[in-house]
Amino acid sequence: MTTSLLIHRAGPAMTVQDLGRPGHMGQGLSMGGAADRTAFIEGVALLGQSLSCAAIEMAAFGGEFSTTADIRIALTGAPMKATLDGEPLVWNASHLVKAGQRLSIGPARTGVYGYLHVGGGIHTTPFLGSRATHLTAGIGGVLASNQTLPIGPDSHRGDVGKTLTPEARFEGGSVRVLPSVQTDNFPGVVRTRFEMTGFKRTPRGNRQGVELVFEGRPFATGEQLTILSEPMVAGDIQMTGEGIPFVLLPECQTTGGYPRIGTVLPCDLPIVAQATAGSALSFRFVGHATALQTHKSPEQILAQLTTSTRPLVRDPRAIRDLLAYQLVGGVVNALEDDRME
Amino acid sequence: MLVTFSDVLTDGANSAALAFRAAVEALGLDGVSETSTSLTSTFVTYDPLLLARDALRARLQELTEDRVWSAAPLPTNRVLWTIPAVFGGEEAGPQLEEAARLAGVSPDVAVAELCAKPLRVMTLGFAPGQPYLGSLPKNWDIPRQSGLTKRVPIGAITVAIRQIVLFSTSTPTGWRQVGKCGFHAFRPNAPEPFALKPGDEIRFRSVSDQDFANLQAGDQSGDGGAIREGLG
Repeated sequence: MTTSLLIHRAGPAMTVQDLGRPGHMGQGLSMGGAADRTAFIEGVALLGQSLSCAAIEMAAFGGEFSTTADIRIALTGAPMKATLDGEPLVWNASHLVKAGQRLSIGPARTGVYGYLHVGGGIHTTPFLGSRATHLTAGIGGVLASNQTLPIGPDSHRGDVGKTLTPEARFEGGSVRVLPSVQTDNFPGVVRTRFEMTGFKRTPRGNRQGVELVFEGRPFATGEQLTILSEPMVAGDIQMTGEGIPFVLLPECQTTGGYPRIGTVLPCDLPIVAQATAGSALSFRFVGHATALQTHKSPEQILAQLTTSTRPLVRDPRAIRDLLAYQLVGGVVNALEDDRME
Repeated sequence: MLVTFSDVLTDGANSAALAFRAAVEALGLDGVSETSTSLTSTFVTYDPLLLARDALRARLQELTEDRVWSAAPLPTNRVLWTIPAVFGGEEAGPQLEEAARLAGVSPDVAVAELCAKPLRVMTLGFAPGQPYLGSLPKNWDIPRQSGLTKRVPIGAITVAIRQIVLFSTSTPTGWRQVGKCGFHAFRPNAPEPFALKPGDEIRFRSVSDQDFANLQAGDQSGDGGAIREGLG
Protein backbone atom coordinates (compact mmCIF):
# COMPACT_ATOMS: atom_id res chain seq x y z
CA MET A 1 0.00 0.00 0.00
CA THR A 2 1.22 3.48 -0.82
CA THR A 3 2.28 5.58 2.12
CA SER A 4 0.59 8.98 2.25
CA LEU A 5 1.57 12.30 3.72
CA LEU A 6 -1.44 14.03 5.21
CA ILE A 7 -1.33 17.81 5.27
CA HIS A 8 -3.51 18.88 8.18
CA ARG A 9 -2.61 22.52 7.85
CA ALA A 10 -0.74 24.07 4.92
CA GLY A 11 1.11 27.38 5.00
CA PRO A 12 0.07 29.83 2.30
CA ALA A 13 2.77 28.99 -0.26
CA MET A 14 3.74 25.34 0.05
CA THR A 15 4.57 23.50 -3.18
CA VAL A 16 6.11 20.23 -4.34
CA GLN A 17 9.60 20.84 -5.74
CA ASP A 18 12.57 19.02 -7.15
CA LEU A 19 15.41 20.29 -9.35
CA GLY A 20 12.95 21.33 -12.08
CA ARG A 21 12.39 20.44 -15.72
CA PRO A 22 15.18 21.65 -17.99
CA GLY A 23 14.88 21.39 -21.76
CA HIS A 24 11.81 23.50 -22.49
CA MET A 25 13.16 27.03 -22.75
CA GLY A 26 12.48 26.95 -26.48
CA GLN A 27 8.83 26.36 -25.66
CA GLY A 28 8.75 29.19 -23.16
CA LEU A 29 8.83 27.03 -20.06
CA SER A 30 11.52 27.90 -17.54
CA MET A 31 13.22 25.17 -15.56
CA GLY A 32 11.52 25.90 -12.24
CA GLY A 33 12.40 23.71 -9.28
CA ALA A 34 13.44 24.49 -5.71
CA ALA A 35 14.03 28.18 -5.01
CA ASP A 36 17.04 27.17 -2.88
CA ARG A 37 18.60 24.31 -4.82
CA THR A 38 21.35 23.92 -2.22
CA ALA A 39 18.76 23.31 0.50
CA PHE A 40 17.02 20.80 -1.72
CA ILE A 41 20.26 18.87 -2.28
CA GLU A 42 21.05 19.04 1.46
CA GLY A 43 17.83 17.14 2.14
CA VAL A 44 18.71 14.55 -0.49
CA ALA A 45 22.12 14.13 1.17
CA LEU A 46 20.64 13.78 4.67
CA LEU A 47 18.32 11.02 3.50
CA GLY A 48 20.93 9.43 1.23
CA GLN A 49 18.53 9.26 -1.65
CA SER A 50 18.23 10.22 -5.31
CA LEU A 51 18.17 13.79 -6.63
CA SER A 52 14.89 12.89 -8.33
CA CYS A 53 13.06 12.59 -4.98
CA ALA A 54 10.69 15.55 -4.68
CA ALA A 55 10.23 17.52 -1.44
CA ILE A 56 7.83 20.09 -0.05
CA GLU A 57 8.99 23.69 -0.28
CA MET A 58 7.54 25.93 2.41
CA ALA A 59 7.70 29.67 1.74
CA ALA A 60 7.99 31.51 5.07
CA PHE A 61 5.42 29.28 6.82
CA GLY A 62 5.34 25.57 7.52
CA GLY A 63 2.35 23.40 8.29
CA GLU A 64 1.13 20.32 10.14
CA PHE A 65 1.62 16.84 8.80
CA SER A 66 1.24 13.18 9.63
CA THR A 67 1.74 9.94 7.72
CA THR A 68 -0.01 6.62 7.27
CA ALA A 69 3.21 4.65 7.88
CA ASP A 70 6.60 5.25 9.51
CA ILE A 71 8.71 7.49 7.29
CA ARG A 72 12.03 9.30 7.34
CA ILE A 73 12.10 13.06 6.97
CA ALA A 74 14.75 15.72 6.64
CA LEU A 75 14.35 19.44 7.31
CA THR A 76 16.51 21.93 5.44
CA GLY A 77 16.61 25.50 4.16
CA ALA A 78 15.24 28.45 6.10
CA PRO A 79 15.21 27.28 9.73
CA MET A 80 11.72 26.85 11.12
CA LYS A 81 10.56 25.67 14.50
CA ALA A 82 9.68 22.01 14.13
CA THR A 83 8.14 19.63 16.64
CA LEU A 84 7.06 15.99 16.53
CA ASP A 85 4.19 15.33 18.91
CA GLY A 86 5.37 18.43 20.73
CA GLU A 87 9.03 17.34 20.99
CA PRO A 88 11.45 19.73 19.29
CA LEU A 89 13.18 18.49 16.16
CA VAL A 90 16.59 19.71 15.06
CA TRP A 91 16.60 21.57 11.73
CA ASN A 92 19.15 20.52 9.07
CA ALA A 93 18.76 16.93 10.19
CA SER A 94 16.95 13.69 9.38
CA HIS A 95 14.39 12.12 11.71
CA LEU A 96 11.97 9.23 11.98
CA VAL A 97 8.27 10.09 11.94
CA LYS A 98 6.03 7.24 13.05
CA ALA A 99 2.60 6.66 11.60
CA GLY A 100 0.10 9.00 13.22
CA GLN A 101 2.65 11.27 14.87
CA ARG A 102 1.99 14.97 14.36
CA LEU A 103 4.78 16.93 12.68
CA SER A 104 4.34 20.64 13.20
CA ILE A 105 6.47 23.21 11.38
CA GLY A 106 6.21 26.89 12.30
CA PRO A 107 7.17 30.07 10.48
CA ALA A 108 10.72 30.68 9.28
CA ARG A 109 12.91 32.25 11.94
CA THR A 110 15.21 33.58 9.27
CA GLY A 111 15.30 33.09 5.52
CA VAL A 112 12.32 32.31 3.33
CA TYR A 113 12.27 28.78 1.89
CA GLY A 114 12.28 25.75 4.20
CA TYR A 115 12.08 22.18 2.92
CA LEU A 116 10.41 19.05 4.21
CA HIS A 117 11.93 16.00 2.52
CA VAL A 118 10.54 12.51 2.91
CA GLY A 119 12.32 9.20 2.40
CA GLY A 120 11.29 8.01 -1.06
CA GLY A 121 10.26 11.49 -2.10
CA ILE A 122 6.85 13.01 -2.73
CA HIS A 123 5.47 10.74 -5.43
CA THR A 124 3.08 12.90 -7.45
CA THR A 125 2.72 12.28 -11.19
CA PRO A 126 5.61 13.87 -13.10
CA PHE A 127 4.93 16.35 -15.90
CA LEU A 128 7.62 16.54 -18.59
CA GLY A 129 9.97 14.58 -16.35
CA SER A 130 9.63 16.56 -13.13
CA ARG A 131 7.29 16.85 -10.16
CA ALA A 132 8.12 20.50 -9.56
CA THR A 133 5.13 22.78 -9.22
CA HIS A 134 5.51 25.75 -11.57
CA LEU A 135 2.97 28.24 -10.31
CA THR A 136 3.33 30.83 -13.05
CA ALA A 137 2.98 28.15 -15.73
CA GLY A 138 -0.01 26.57 -14.00
CA ILE A 139 1.78 23.24 -13.49
CA GLY A 140 0.64 21.83 -10.17
CA GLY A 141 -0.56 24.21 -7.52
CA VAL A 142 -0.16 25.49 -4.00
CA LEU A 143 -0.68 22.73 -1.46
CA ALA A 144 -3.83 23.03 0.62
CA SER A 145 -4.89 21.99 4.09
CA ASN A 146 -6.41 18.49 4.18
CA GLN A 147 -4.59 17.49 1.00
CA THR A 148 -2.92 14.07 0.82
CA LEU A 149 0.30 13.39 -1.09
CA PRO A 150 1.69 9.98 -2.08
CA ILE A 151 5.16 9.05 -0.81
CA GLY A 152 7.47 6.90 -2.92
CA PRO A 153 9.15 3.68 -1.78
CA ASP A 154 12.07 4.37 0.59
CA SER A 155 15.18 2.27 0.03
CA HIS A 156 16.99 3.42 3.21
CA ARG A 157 14.36 2.83 5.87
CA GLY A 158 15.61 3.47 9.39
CA ASP A 159 18.60 5.52 8.34
CA VAL A 160 17.98 8.73 10.30
CA GLY A 161 19.73 10.93 12.84
CA LYS A 162 22.09 12.71 10.46
CA THR A 163 22.83 16.38 10.38
CA LEU A 164 24.88 18.87 8.42
CA THR A 165 25.79 22.51 8.82
CA PRO A 166 24.59 24.60 5.89
CA GLU A 167 26.51 27.53 4.52
CA ALA A 168 25.14 30.79 5.92
CA ARG A 169 22.72 32.23 3.40
CA PHE A 170 19.60 33.28 5.25
CA GLU A 171 20.26 36.93 6.02
CA GLY A 172 21.39 38.49 2.76
CA GLY A 173 25.03 39.25 1.99
CA SER A 174 27.43 39.74 -0.86
CA VAL A 175 26.53 38.02 -4.11
CA ARG A 176 28.82 37.32 -7.06
CA VAL A 177 27.65 38.28 -10.54
CA LEU A 178 28.87 37.18 -13.95
CA PRO A 179 28.71 39.74 -16.76
CA SER A 180 26.21 38.63 -19.40
CA VAL A 181 25.04 39.56 -22.88
CA GLN A 182 23.59 42.96 -21.98
CA THR A 183 26.04 44.02 -19.27
CA ASP A 184 27.85 46.31 -21.69
CA ASN A 185 24.59 48.14 -22.47
CA PHE A 186 25.06 49.73 -19.05
CA PRO A 187 27.74 52.42 -19.04
CA GLY A 188 30.82 51.67 -16.93
CA VAL A 189 29.89 54.28 -14.33
CA VAL A 190 26.48 52.68 -13.91
CA ARG A 191 28.05 49.23 -13.45
CA THR A 192 30.46 50.63 -10.86
CA ARG A 193 27.60 52.34 -9.02
CA PHE A 194 25.72 49.04 -9.12
CA GLU A 195 28.61 47.33 -7.32
CA MET A 196 28.87 50.17 -4.78
CA THR A 197 25.17 50.26 -3.98
CA GLY A 198 23.65 48.62 -0.94
CA PHE A 199 20.36 46.97 -1.90
CA LYS A 200 17.55 45.70 0.22
CA ARG A 201 15.02 43.10 -0.71
CA THR A 202 11.45 44.41 -0.77
CA PRO A 203 8.40 42.37 0.27
CA ARG A 204 7.64 42.08 -3.46
CA GLY A 205 8.97 38.73 -4.50
CA ASN A 206 8.06 35.14 -5.16
CA ARG A 207 9.42 32.11 -7.01
CA GLN A 208 9.70 34.20 -10.20
CA GLY A 209 12.00 36.79 -8.75
CA VAL A 210 12.59 39.36 -6.07
CA GLU A 211 12.56 43.13 -6.22
CA LEU A 212 15.33 45.20 -4.67
CA VAL A 213 15.28 48.78 -3.41
CA PHE A 214 18.15 51.18 -3.05
CA GLU A 215 18.88 54.86 -2.61
CA GLY A 216 19.95 56.79 -5.67
CA ARG A 217 19.16 57.17 -9.33
CA PRO A 218 17.62 54.33 -11.37
CA PHE A 219 19.96 51.95 -13.20
CA ALA A 220 19.14 52.64 -16.82
CA THR A 221 20.49 51.95 -20.26
CA GLY A 222 19.70 54.15 -23.24
CA GLU A 223 17.27 51.97 -25.18
CA GLN A 224 15.61 50.41 -22.14
CA LEU A 225 12.04 50.13 -23.46
CA THR A 226 12.63 49.05 -27.03
CA ILE A 227 15.30 46.33 -26.97
CA LEU A 228 14.29 42.95 -28.33
CA SER A 229 13.29 40.25 -25.88
CA GLU A 230 16.14 37.82 -25.34
CA PRO A 231 16.47 34.53 -23.43
CA MET A 232 16.78 34.81 -19.70
CA VAL A 233 17.57 32.42 -16.88
CA ALA A 234 17.33 32.27 -13.10
CA GLY A 235 19.94 34.56 -11.58
CA ASP A 236 19.64 37.26 -14.22
CA ILE A 237 19.39 40.75 -12.74
CA GLN A 238 16.81 42.57 -14.79
CA MET A 239 16.32 46.33 -14.68
CA THR A 240 12.66 47.21 -15.11
CA GLY A 241 11.47 50.25 -17.06
CA GLU A 242 11.81 52.21 -13.83
CA GLY A 243 15.45 51.14 -13.45
CA ILE A 244 14.72 48.95 -10.43
CA PRO A 245 16.52 45.60 -10.23
CA PHE A 246 14.66 42.30 -10.13
CA VAL A 247 16.70 39.16 -9.52
CA LEU A 248 15.08 36.28 -11.35
CA LEU A 249 14.42 32.95 -9.63
CA PRO A 250 13.58 29.47 -11.02
CA GLU A 251 10.05 30.31 -12.16
CA CYS A 252 11.20 33.31 -14.17
CA GLN A 253 10.04 33.96 -17.68
CA THR A 254 12.23 32.46 -20.44
CA THR A 255 12.63 35.69 -22.38
CA GLY A 256 12.46 39.28 -21.35
CA GLY A 257 12.80 42.68 -22.90
CA TYR A 258 14.22 44.55 -19.96
CA PRO A 259 18.00 44.73 -19.96
CA ARG A 260 20.01 42.61 -17.58
CA ILE A 261 23.10 43.94 -15.90
CA GLY A 262 24.47 40.48 -15.11
CA THR A 263 23.72 37.00 -13.76
CA VAL A 264 24.10 35.84 -10.17
CA LEU A 265 26.31 32.75 -9.92
CA PRO A 266 24.11 29.67 -9.35
CA CYS A 267 25.94 28.86 -6.10
CA ASP A 268 25.13 32.35 -4.74
CA LEU A 269 21.52 32.48 -5.90
CA PRO A 270 20.18 30.87 -2.69
CA ILE A 271 21.43 33.97 -0.83
CA VAL A 272 19.04 36.07 -2.90
CA ALA A 273 16.17 33.58 -2.74
CA GLN A 274 16.49 33.26 1.03
CA ALA A 275 16.83 37.00 1.74
CA THR A 276 13.84 38.21 3.73
CA ALA A 277 12.24 41.59 3.11
CA GLY A 278 14.66 44.23 4.36
CA SER A 279 17.76 42.00 4.13
CA ALA A 280 20.81 43.76 2.71
CA LEU A 281 22.30 42.48 -0.54
CA SER A 282 25.25 43.71 -2.54
CA PHE A 283 26.70 42.57 -5.85
CA ARG A 284 30.19 42.25 -7.26
CA PHE A 285 31.25 41.18 -10.73
CA VAL A 286 33.55 38.20 -11.17
CA GLY A 287 35.11 36.79 -14.33
CA HIS A 288 34.42 33.50 -16.08
CA ALA A 289 37.44 31.79 -14.56
CA THR A 290 36.21 32.49 -11.04
CA ALA A 291 32.70 31.47 -11.96
CA LEU A 292 33.96 28.22 -13.45
CA GLN A 293 35.83 27.38 -10.24
CA THR A 294 32.59 27.66 -8.27
CA HIS A 295 30.52 25.70 -10.76
CA LYS A 296 29.42 22.24 -9.70
CA SER A 297 26.80 19.86 -11.02
CA PRO A 298 24.00 18.81 -8.65
CA GLU A 299 25.68 15.40 -8.44
CA GLN A 300 28.97 16.97 -7.37
CA ILE A 301 27.21 19.12 -4.76
CA LEU A 302 25.39 16.06 -3.48
CA ALA A 303 28.61 14.06 -3.19
CA GLN A 304 30.25 16.89 -1.26
CA LEU A 305 27.27 17.37 1.07
CA THR A 306 26.98 13.62 1.65
CA THR A 307 30.54 13.48 2.99
CA SER A 308 29.79 16.43 5.25
CA THR A 309 26.83 14.77 6.99
CA ARG A 310 27.51 13.56 10.51
CA PRO A 311 25.55 11.81 13.25
CA LEU A 312 23.10 14.00 15.06
CA VAL A 313 24.24 14.33 18.67
CA ARG A 314 21.29 15.38 20.72
CA ASP A 315 21.70 18.54 22.66
CA PRO A 316 21.04 17.74 26.33
CA ARG A 317 18.99 20.91 26.55
CA ALA A 318 16.53 19.45 24.08
CA ILE A 319 15.88 16.20 25.90
CA ARG A 320 12.62 16.24 27.75
CA ASP A 321 13.72 13.77 30.47
CA LEU A 322 16.37 16.23 31.56
CA LEU A 323 13.84 19.00 31.74
CA ALA A 324 11.82 16.94 34.15
CA TYR A 325 14.67 17.33 36.63
CA GLN A 326 14.52 21.11 36.44
CA LEU A 327 18.31 21.21 36.62
CA VAL A 328 18.42 24.88 35.98
CA GLY A 329 15.68 27.44 36.15
CA GLY A 330 14.75 28.84 32.77
CA VAL A 331 15.56 25.82 30.68
CA VAL A 332 12.02 25.69 29.41
CA ASN A 333 12.25 29.30 28.39
CA ALA A 334 15.44 28.55 26.57
CA LEU A 335 13.59 26.00 24.49
CA GLU A 336 10.93 28.47 23.62
CA ASP A 337 13.60 30.87 22.51
CA ASP A 338 14.10 28.42 19.68
CA ARG A 339 17.68 27.56 20.56
CA MET A 340 17.42 24.17 18.97
CA GLU A 341 20.01 24.86 16.33
CA MET B 1 25.91 31.39 -25.16
CA LEU B 2 23.85 33.68 -27.37
CA VAL B 3 24.20 33.96 -31.16
CA THR B 4 22.40 37.07 -32.36
CA PHE B 5 21.63 37.65 -36.04
CA SER B 6 20.23 41.17 -35.74
CA ASP B 7 19.53 43.89 -33.18
CA VAL B 8 16.25 44.63 -34.91
CA LEU B 9 13.51 42.18 -35.74
CA THR B 10 13.38 41.11 -39.37
CA ASP B 11 11.84 38.01 -40.92
CA GLY B 12 15.29 37.02 -42.19
CA ALA B 13 16.95 37.30 -38.79
CA ASN B 14 14.13 35.28 -37.25
CA SER B 15 14.45 32.56 -39.91
CA ALA B 16 18.20 32.56 -39.30
CA ALA B 17 17.76 32.00 -35.56
CA LEU B 18 15.34 29.10 -36.11
CA ALA B 19 17.55 27.42 -38.71
CA PHE B 20 20.72 27.97 -36.69
CA ARG B 21 19.15 26.35 -33.66
CA ALA B 22 18.26 23.29 -35.75
CA ALA B 23 21.85 23.16 -37.00
CA VAL B 24 23.29 23.38 -33.46
CA GLU B 25 21.00 20.53 -32.41
CA ALA B 26 22.22 18.54 -35.41
CA LEU B 27 25.85 18.99 -34.30
CA GLY B 28 25.02 16.93 -31.21
CA LEU B 29 27.83 18.46 -29.16
CA ASP B 30 28.58 16.79 -25.82
CA GLY B 31 27.87 19.30 -23.08
CA VAL B 32 25.15 21.23 -24.91
CA SER B 33 22.18 20.71 -22.64
CA GLU B 34 19.54 22.80 -24.33
CA THR B 35 18.94 25.15 -27.25
CA SER B 36 16.23 27.72 -27.81
CA THR B 37 15.51 30.75 -29.93
CA SER B 38 14.40 34.26 -29.20
CA LEU B 39 13.25 36.64 -31.96
CA THR B 40 16.60 37.02 -33.68
CA SER B 41 18.94 34.88 -31.59
CA THR B 42 19.80 31.28 -30.86
CA PHE B 43 20.55 30.50 -27.22
CA VAL B 44 22.78 27.56 -26.38
CA THR B 45 22.80 26.29 -22.80
CA TYR B 46 25.88 24.22 -22.01
CA ASP B 47 27.64 22.64 -19.09
CA PRO B 48 31.05 24.30 -18.71
CA LEU B 49 32.29 21.17 -16.93
CA LEU B 50 31.77 19.13 -20.11
CA LEU B 51 32.33 21.71 -22.84
CA ALA B 52 34.83 24.55 -22.61
CA ARG B 53 33.44 28.01 -23.33
CA ASP B 54 36.13 28.81 -25.91
CA ALA B 55 35.56 25.51 -27.71
CA LEU B 56 31.82 26.11 -27.94
CA ARG B 57 32.37 29.67 -29.10
CA ALA B 58 34.70 28.45 -31.86
CA ARG B 59 32.23 25.80 -33.05
CA LEU B 60 29.36 28.28 -33.14
CA GLN B 61 31.49 30.90 -34.89
CA GLU B 62 32.42 28.35 -37.52
CA LEU B 63 28.78 27.40 -37.96
CA THR B 64 27.66 31.03 -38.43
CA GLU B 65 30.05 31.25 -41.40
CA ASP B 66 28.80 28.00 -42.91
CA ARG B 67 25.92 29.51 -44.92
CA VAL B 68 23.66 32.54 -45.36
CA TRP B 69 21.42 31.91 -42.38
CA SER B 70 18.93 34.69 -43.16
CA ALA B 71 18.05 32.88 -46.39
CA ALA B 72 17.36 29.58 -44.59
CA PRO B 73 13.89 28.12 -45.11
CA LEU B 74 11.31 28.09 -42.32
CA PRO B 75 10.62 24.83 -40.47
CA THR B 76 8.28 22.33 -42.16
CA ASN B 77 4.79 21.27 -40.99
CA ARG B 78 3.78 24.79 -40.13
CA VAL B 79 0.21 25.63 -39.13
CA LEU B 80 -1.99 28.71 -39.68
CA TRP B 81 -4.46 29.48 -36.90
CA THR B 82 -7.32 31.92 -37.44
CA ILE B 83 -8.31 33.09 -33.98
CA PRO B 84 -11.51 35.02 -33.16
CA ALA B 85 -10.86 37.91 -30.77
CA VAL B 86 -12.51 40.91 -29.15
CA PHE B 87 -10.64 44.22 -29.42
CA GLY B 88 -11.14 47.25 -27.17
CA GLY B 89 -13.42 47.64 -24.19
CA GLU B 90 -12.60 47.80 -20.52
CA GLU B 91 -12.18 44.06 -20.01
CA ALA B 92 -10.89 42.77 -23.37
CA GLY B 93 -8.73 45.64 -24.59
CA PRO B 94 -8.38 48.44 -22.03
CA GLN B 95 -5.35 49.98 -23.75
CA LEU B 96 -6.52 49.84 -27.38
CA GLU B 97 -7.06 53.60 -27.62
CA GLU B 98 -3.72 54.41 -26.00
CA ALA B 99 -1.87 51.94 -28.25
CA ALA B 100 -3.69 53.18 -31.38
CA ARG B 101 -2.76 56.77 -30.49
CA LEU B 102 0.91 55.77 -30.16
CA ALA B 103 0.65 54.00 -33.54
CA GLY B 104 -0.88 57.16 -35.02
CA VAL B 105 -4.21 55.63 -36.07
CA SER B 106 -7.81 55.47 -34.87
CA PRO B 107 -8.87 52.45 -32.78
CA ASP B 108 -10.85 51.08 -35.76
CA VAL B 109 -7.88 51.34 -38.10
CA ALA B 110 -5.69 49.84 -35.38
CA VAL B 111 -7.88 46.73 -35.17
CA ALA B 112 -7.95 46.46 -38.97
CA GLU B 113 -4.14 46.64 -39.06
CA LEU B 114 -3.71 44.04 -36.29
CA CYS B 115 -6.04 41.64 -38.15
CA ALA B 116 -4.85 42.45 -41.68
CA LYS B 117 -2.55 39.51 -42.31
CA PRO B 118 -1.24 36.32 -40.74
CA LEU B 119 1.58 36.97 -38.28
CA ARG B 120 4.45 34.54 -37.79
CA VAL B 121 5.16 32.89 -34.44
CA MET B 122 8.64 34.39 -34.23
CA THR B 123 9.41 32.67 -30.96
CA LEU B 124 7.81 31.10 -27.92
CA GLY B 125 8.92 32.65 -24.72
CA PHE B 126 8.41 34.47 -21.47
CA ALA B 127 5.76 31.96 -20.40
CA PRO B 128 5.07 28.38 -21.57
CA GLY B 129 3.93 28.18 -25.17
CA GLN B 130 3.55 31.95 -25.41
CA PRO B 131 4.01 33.32 -28.93
CA TYR B 132 5.67 36.55 -30.01
CA LEU B 133 3.95 37.39 -33.33
CA GLY B 134 5.27 39.65 -36.05
CA SER B 135 5.89 41.75 -37.77
CA LEU B 136 3.29 44.50 -37.60
CA PRO B 137 3.51 47.59 -39.86
CA LYS B 138 6.17 50.21 -39.00
CA ASN B 139 3.73 52.52 -37.19
CA TRP B 140 3.43 49.79 -34.53
CA ASP B 141 7.03 50.27 -33.42
CA ILE B 142 5.70 51.57 -30.09
CA PRO B 143 7.57 51.19 -26.78
CA ARG B 144 6.48 49.09 -23.85
CA GLN B 145 4.99 50.96 -20.92
CA SER B 146 7.50 52.15 -18.34
CA GLY B 147 5.30 50.70 -15.58
CA LEU B 148 3.74 47.26 -15.39
CA THR B 149 0.11 46.29 -15.88
CA LYS B 150 -0.70 44.38 -12.71
CA ARG B 151 -2.16 41.36 -14.48
CA VAL B 152 -3.42 40.43 -17.93
CA PRO B 153 -5.61 37.34 -18.43
CA ILE B 154 -4.78 34.19 -20.40
CA GLY B 155 -5.59 35.03 -24.02
CA ALA B 156 -4.67 38.70 -23.67
CA ILE B 157 -3.58 40.26 -26.99
CA THR B 158 -0.88 42.83 -26.30
CA VAL B 159 1.28 45.05 -28.49
CA ALA B 160 4.71 46.72 -28.52
CA ILE B 161 7.71 47.05 -30.86
CA ARG B 162 5.90 45.79 -34.01
CA GLN B 163 4.83 42.58 -32.30
CA ILE B 164 1.83 41.00 -30.66
CA VAL B 165 2.22 38.81 -27.61
CA LEU B 166 -0.68 36.44 -27.00
CA PHE B 167 -0.46 35.67 -23.29
CA SER B 168 -0.52 31.99 -22.33
CA THR B 169 -0.61 32.67 -18.59
CA SER B 170 -2.04 35.39 -16.40
CA THR B 171 0.82 37.67 -15.41
CA PRO B 172 2.03 41.24 -14.97
CA THR B 173 3.40 42.85 -18.13
CA GLY B 174 4.79 46.00 -19.68
CA TRP B 175 2.94 45.35 -22.95
CA ARG B 176 -0.35 47.16 -23.68
CA GLN B 177 -3.46 44.98 -23.82
CA VAL B 178 -5.62 45.76 -26.86
CA GLY B 179 -7.74 42.62 -27.11
CA LYS B 180 -8.55 39.17 -25.86
CA CYS B 181 -9.12 35.71 -27.34
CA GLY B 182 -9.95 32.24 -26.05
CA PHE B 183 -6.91 30.49 -27.51
CA HIS B 184 -4.78 28.71 -24.90
CA ALA B 185 -1.21 28.53 -26.15
CA PHE B 186 -0.25 26.35 -23.15
CA ARG B 187 -2.44 23.37 -22.21
CA PRO B 188 -0.90 21.62 -19.22
CA ASN B 189 -3.53 18.87 -19.25
CA ALA B 190 -3.41 18.12 -22.98
CA PRO B 191 -1.25 15.35 -24.51
CA GLU B 192 0.60 18.10 -26.41
CA PRO B 193 0.90 20.96 -23.89
CA PHE B 194 2.39 23.42 -26.36
CA ALA B 195 -0.17 24.44 -29.01
CA LEU B 196 2.25 26.43 -31.18
CA LYS B 197 5.76 26.15 -32.52
CA PRO B 198 8.03 28.79 -33.99
CA GLY B 199 7.22 29.30 -37.68
CA ASP B 200 3.46 28.77 -37.26
CA GLU B 201 1.18 31.68 -38.19
CA ILE B 202 -1.73 33.37 -36.46
CA ARG B 203 -4.34 35.64 -37.96
CA PHE B 204 -6.77 37.40 -35.64
CA ARG B 205 -10.38 37.91 -36.65
CA SER B 206 -12.27 40.70 -34.86
CA VAL B 207 -15.67 39.56 -33.60
CA SER B 208 -18.42 41.12 -31.47
CA ASP B 209 -18.69 40.47 -27.72
CA GLN B 210 -21.76 38.31 -28.38
CA ASP B 211 -20.11 36.22 -31.10
CA PHE B 212 -17.05 35.83 -28.90
CA ALA B 213 -19.14 34.60 -25.97
CA ASN B 214 -20.93 32.10 -28.25
CA LEU B 215 -17.63 30.78 -29.59
CA GLN B 216 -16.18 30.29 -26.12
CA ALA B 217 -19.29 28.63 -24.66
CA GLY B 218 -18.58 24.97 -24.18
CA ASP B 219 -15.07 25.07 -25.72
CA GLN B 220 -13.03 22.38 -23.99
CA SER B 221 -10.24 22.18 -26.54
CA GLY B 222 -8.42 25.39 -25.64
CA ASP B 223 -8.74 26.51 -29.27
CA GLY B 224 -11.30 29.18 -28.33
CA GLY B 225 -13.06 28.89 -31.69
CA ALA B 226 -9.85 29.08 -33.70
CA ILE B 227 -9.56 27.36 -37.08
CA ARG B 228 -6.44 25.34 -37.90
CA GLU B 229 -4.99 24.91 -41.41
CA GLY B 230 -1.76 23.30 -42.54
CA LEU B 231 0.80 25.55 -44.26
CA GLY B 232 2.97 22.69 -45.54
